[in-house]
Parts: sequence; C-alpha cells; structure tokens
Amino acid sequence: MSQTATTSPGSATETAPSCAVSVNGLVKRYGKLEAVRGIDFEVAAGEIFGFLGPNGAGKSTTINMLCTLVSPSGGSASVAGHDVVDERDDVRRNIGLVFQDTTLDGYLTAEQNLRLHAELYGVPRELVGERMRQVTEMVGLWDRRGSLVNTFSGGMKRRLEIARGLLHSPRVLFLDEPTVGLDPQTRSSIWRYIRELKAREDITIFLTTHYMDEAEYCDRIAIMDHGRIIVLDTPAALKAEVGKDRVQIQTDDDQAAIAGLRERFGIDATVAEGAITFGVPEGGQFVPRLFDDWDPTLPAIRSVSVARPSLDDVFMSHTGTTIRDAESGQTDTRRNFARMMSR
Amino acid sequence: MATAVARVRVPTRSLSSELRAIKVVWKRELIRFSRDRLRILTSLMQPFLFLFVLGTGLSRLASAGTHGVNLRTFVYPGVLCMAVMFTAMFSAASLVWDREFGFLREMMVAPVRRSSLVLGKCFGGATVAGFQGVIVLCLAGLVGVPYDATLIVEVFALQLLLAFAITAFGVMVAARITQMQSFMALMQMAIMPMYFLSGALFPVSGLPQWLEILNRLDPLTYAVDPMRRAVFAHLKILPAARQALDPGVTWWSWHVPGLVEAGVVAALGLLMLTIAIVQFSRAE
Repeated sequence: MSQTATTSPGSATETAPSCAVSVNGLVKRYGKLEAVRGIDFEVAAGEIFGFLGPNGAGKSTTINMLCTLVSPSGGSASVAGHDVVDERDDVRRNIGLVFQDTTLDGYLTAEQNLRLHAELYGVPRELVGERMRQVTEMVGLWDRRGSLVNTFSGGMKRRLEIARGLLHSPRVLFLDEPTVGLDPQTRSSIWRYIRELKAREDITIFLTTHYMDEAEYCDRIAIMDHGRIIVLDTPAALKAEVGKDRVQIQTDDDQAAIAGLRERFGIDATVAEGAITFGVPEGGQFVPRLFDDWDPTLPAIRSVSVARPSLDDVFMSHTGTTIRDAESGQTDTRRNFARMMSR
Repeated sequence: MATAVARVRVPTRSLSSELRAIKVVWKRELIRFSRDRLRILTSLMQPFLFLFVLGTGLSRLASAGTHGVNLRTFVYPGVLCMAVMFTAMFSAASLVWDREFGFLREMMVAPVRRSSLVLGKCFGGATVAGFQGVIVLCLAGLVGVPYDATLIVEVFALQLLLAFAITAFGVMVAARITQMQSFMALMQMAIMPMYFLSGALFPVSGLPQWLEILNRLDPLTYAVDPMRRAVFAHLKILPAARQALDPGVTWWSWHVPGLVEAGVVAALGLLMLTIAIVQFSRAE
C-alpha cells in the first residue's frame, strides 16, 4: 500500500543526507541590528530539534533563512542536502512550514486550502486525494474538510496548517512556535501529533518555542539568546549540567529560616513563588540532613518539595535571567495584533 | 496500516508545474469572488448610478448637444469600463489582505516562480472583472444599444484587456504598499482622476488644450475610446451625432486606430506586470 511517486529516474538518486540541516557561521543583519550573530549547528535526519529562547532571540530569523524566505548576510546553511541560497527551489520542495501566524485562506474550505497547496507544490494528481486523507485524518480534521477555515478555532487552524505542511511529504518540517496562543489542552494535542508524526513518517522536525515544558519533548535543543546559540545538547544532559535540584520549603517565619539556612548549611536562599527556594546538588539526599540538623529554635518546617532542574534553570544558569524576564520589556505588537485579529 | 503512508515526491520545477501554479492562483480568485456576493453587488452599484441616475438626470440638460442620442447611450461605453475597473482594483487589493493575513507567505515559499503567482493573480483579477463587465454588457438593451455578436465579442475583449491592465497596476502597487488603508487611498487617487480625464463622460474633441493634453496622457483614454467606437458602430444615428459624440482620439490630428489604442493599453499592462514580477521576485 506504500506508494512512491517517482517522476523521473533522477529523483531516485536523491538519497537522504545524514544531516537534515547543517548551518555554518550563519549571520543576518538588518541595517545595524544583528539578529543572528554567526551560529553553527547540525540536525541529524529523523531528529526533533528545538530552538529555545525568548522572543527576539533570533529564532524566527534563523528559520526564515533556513526556509529561504530571508537571505543570509553571511555564512551558509543547507537543508535536506541543498544550499539555502544556491538551491533555493530544491530546499523549498523538501521542506514543510508552519508559521507562528496563520497562513491559511479563511475564505476557502480546509480541503480547498490543501488542494491549493498540493497544486503549488506540484503533488502528482493521482496522489493528492489519498495523501490529503492521510494528513487530515492524522490531525483529526477529515470530517471537517468541507468547512470554511474561518469557522475553525485557533487549534483547528494550527492542526490544519500542520497537515498542510506535511501534504507534500517534506523531509524537514519547520514549526515556528507551533503552539503559541493555544490553550494547554490544544497544545498537548498538537504535541501528540508531532510525536506521532515522527513515528509514522520519515521526517526531521525543527521547531522553535519559548515554552520550557515543550522543549522537553525535543531530542536535542539549542538555547538561543541575543542572536547566538548559548548551548546545545539533549534536555537531560543540559539539566544534568546544571547540577543542582531546586528545594522549596515553607515555614511560619521565612526571614528567620533563611538566616538559619545560611548559618547552619551555608546556603543562600530566597523567597520565590511564596516559598523559600534554594538549589542544592542531590536534593533528595539533602532533605533528611535538613531535618536532622534543623535547630529546634528555628521556625518549624511545614512542607518541603524537591524538583529536578528544569530547562528554566538551564536557561537561567547560562544567561543569568529567566525566559520570562528576558521577554518582558519587549512587546511583540505585531503578533498580538495578529492574534487579536484571528479571534 | 498506520505505516502505510503515501510518500509524495515533489517534482523539480517545470513548465507544467508553473502552469499548475498559475491555474490554482487564478482559481482561488474565482472561488473567493463567487463566495463574496456582497462584493459582486457593491461593485455593480457605481455603474448603475452613473448609467441610470446620472445619465437620466443629465439628459434633461444635454438633449440639445447629443443630436437626439440618449445620454445614457453615450455614457454606456464609459460605464462598461468603470464596471471592470473597480472589480479589478479590488482583486489586486486582496493581495494586500493576503499579506496582512499571512496567506501571501504560503504562496511565496512554494517552489514555483513568483512570476507564476503574479500572473495567476492578474488572470484571476481579469476574469472576475470580465464577469462583472458581462453583467453590465447585458444591460445594453436598456440604453438603446443592440445585442450584436460582434459588438459583444469586441467589448468583452476590450474589457478583459482593461481588467488585466488595471489588476497588473494594482498588483504593482500592492507589492510595495503593505497597508490596506494606504492602498485604497492610493488607488482612489489614481483611479478617479484617470476615470474623469479619460473621456468616459464627455467627447474627446474640441476640449480646452490643458484638458486635451491630460486626456491624451491618460492611459484609460485608450480603453474608453475603442469601447465607444465599438458601441457607436452598431448604433443607427445621424452622421452629425456620430461626429459630435464619437470623434475618436487624435494625436496631432492623426486619428489613432482602435487597434493601436488597444495596443497602448496592452503595452502598459505588460510593463506594469513586469514591474510587479520584478518586485515580488526580490527576496528580503
């Protein structure tokens, strides 16, 4: 039942390169502003690779260069084995794109949007129907294919865009903030599709996000800030590298308890999220010691929680700030406007 | 079963893939136009007002100067142009919406030439505007113009040509203008003077010199004039009336043939189309 449409004998020789994406010293300048300041990385075929960073870090600019919408100011990049400047068309044939803001035609039905895409990408006519069914069934929109896209919710539109991005069987699927502006339930269903996709299709997924919890789903992540890649590794390795678990305790007198922690354990603690918070290596082993050595004159500890380091902590340990703090102060008015309009 | 995925191999770019792209962009214009009944109605309103309200009202003043020809009949060719112009302009305007609502990106990143996208858009605009023109063409009987096969073919061909040129003009402007308000303001500023100067509402001979110069510089003059000639060729009227109402455009007393006039419109349309393609082909 598996079909391969080979249009010319030549295309059979297009073997999958080991590297889905390869980037060398990539730079993008807008006038004086350096949005991307020389980045290098490689993405292996079949990987889910994530770009993590605050808004304005250069993630979208990088994606735009990789998908040939923006020409680089310096360096080079190849996608699916083709150079993004010299072999622009070959890159375009091999990638699927889901942008931050919707790029569907709301006045057409879901099916018409997909057919339009199939025509633009030259999908062989005899395959369009079957392929369309597969991708819409995957995202659960087959039954709604005849509805106008304007009647869809934000989550449905995003699912349709993912389906459309897959319609021409791209080798690399780019997802630029695929879950931004969606409710938590829809976000998790989008992720279910993404993981399912990786299992079903021979595809590399390249995504950007500024949600820490989503970055956990990636095989590897690159943390980007101010146009540079700060660190790149698997989420587990990055978190292990932080080395400290986060311990939070609640007492009746936080100030006295913080002073006690400093005296007895030499730990600098602060109050965060309504609890005394500090980092220690091997938090699970620290807690029994905490109770053994806790001076009875200190306020009683009412509760304890220990958390493994999160990617938030990773980001913080490399940049000295949290993603949320890095984002505040810059309002992305254009996107807010688009979100407002799509409601 | 879950692994039975039809893999699509996107073919390399070829003439047939470009033709498919042109066709699908063209088709999208048609689908959108057919959905938008309100737009069909509103763009018909202006021609109706000019033809039946202005035409009827003014005819009470102008009956002496028209040698017995109804003023409605006289302005009819101009109204045929008007019907096409506004629809074509709105078609081009949708490109600005496409940019604002993101759909333009979907097209821009496709593995096809930008020229195919621009061509599809212009053909689409010309087709829907041509359809609008046909509706006004159907009114011929009401203003005393006979239904004649050659007349209909001639007028329709001219309408398509004009619609194509206006869409190309709009697309050229839309390549640069990213906001709807600015686009509409600019188009109004271009279209209204063009329409008034074109001779759609007055005969083009014996004008004051300043007006004659502006009229001859106005590209729309060369769409209205052949349209009027086509219509008047099928009217049974006195030679004096023909002389007064359908004098034809002259360049230094040389009567410009209709084919040359159509050629002027076509050449300008192609020029603007080329500029539009060049502008859309530039990457960021």
